[in-house]
Amino acid sequence: MRKLLIWLPLALFLGFIALFASGLFQPDDRIIHSRLVGQPLPAFTLPAAASDRPSLASAQLATGQPRLLNIFASWCVPCAAEAPQLDALKAAGVQIDAIAIRDARPDVDAFLKRNGNPYARIGLDARSEVQIALGSSGVPETFVIDGKGRIAYQHIGEIRADDVPMILDRLRAAQ
Amino acid sequence: MKLILLLFALIATPLAAQTALPPAPYADQQLADPALERKAKALMETIRCLTCQSQSIADSNASMAGDMRSQIRERIMAGEQPEAIRAWLIARYGDWVSYEPTAAPILWPLWAAPLVLLGLGVLLLRSRIKRKARS
Repeated sequence: MRKLLIWLPLALFLGFIALFASGLFQPDDRIIHSRLVGQPLPAFTLPAAASDRPSLASAQLATGQPRLLNIFASWCVPCAAEAPQLDALKAAGVQIDAIAIRDARPDVDAFLKRNGNPYARIGLDARSEVQIALGSSGVPETFVIDGKGRIAYQHIGEIRADDVPMILDRLRAAQ
Repeated sequence: MKLILLLFALIATPLAAQTALPPAPYADQQLADPALERKAKALMETIRCLTCQSQSIADSNASMAGDMRSQIRERIMAGEQPEAIRAWLIARYGDWVSYEPTAAPILWPLWAAPLVLLGLGVLLLRSRIKRKARS
């Protein structure tokens, strides 16, 4: 017993080395997913963020048809990069609404003029309140909302060209 | 003339640099009631910033952390309890968002560790004392 016990510190030491090594070599996943996936959208009403698009309320997202809710901001660079993909989704017949985070109307107008406007409605979340209520941790993010107004899927980061078929699949699955 | 130009330069630079909005009202402003401010501050120090993930929102300059601070102060001012706000945030971001350890089963070893170490220490001490007494 005593003889075995002598090896205990060494075993503990090697155990720690193994723990730290696995932490070093594991890919670092720092993406924080919303816990609200599968649950109804929190209720919100937002003023209009753009001059030529109406305002957005959560009730307008439960229409019996799955749709996309895009979280973006005029100051966000990857949001401009995903514009062509949103256009492609719109061309495929997808309804896309949006929430502009920490933004101002002239900035949103300029952003949409520059990058195109695939949105039906755009709400202005000037103080990130709805973003926090959604469990979203950054821009851009895209939520798939099913016909009953539940969050079916959360896409974190910009939509890349090869994400488009997957998003369309998610929308079909949310039917 | 030079003075006027200088004044213009002073005014123009901050405006040009301001791409986003000014911070939310209570992002960097304390509550008037010190007791409420203490409550809010204690909560903010244990809520993790989503943008700079190893800082609390009390320490972070990220705009989202500022918005969260403002929201927490406003909700405390409206009479909400800090633990209710923490639970509301955990329901959205998971246990990850809170620095306060919970009593979830995965953390039982953490809570048990001091007792186990203390127990081991007592055992070790007892065997040493016994051996000393024998010799």
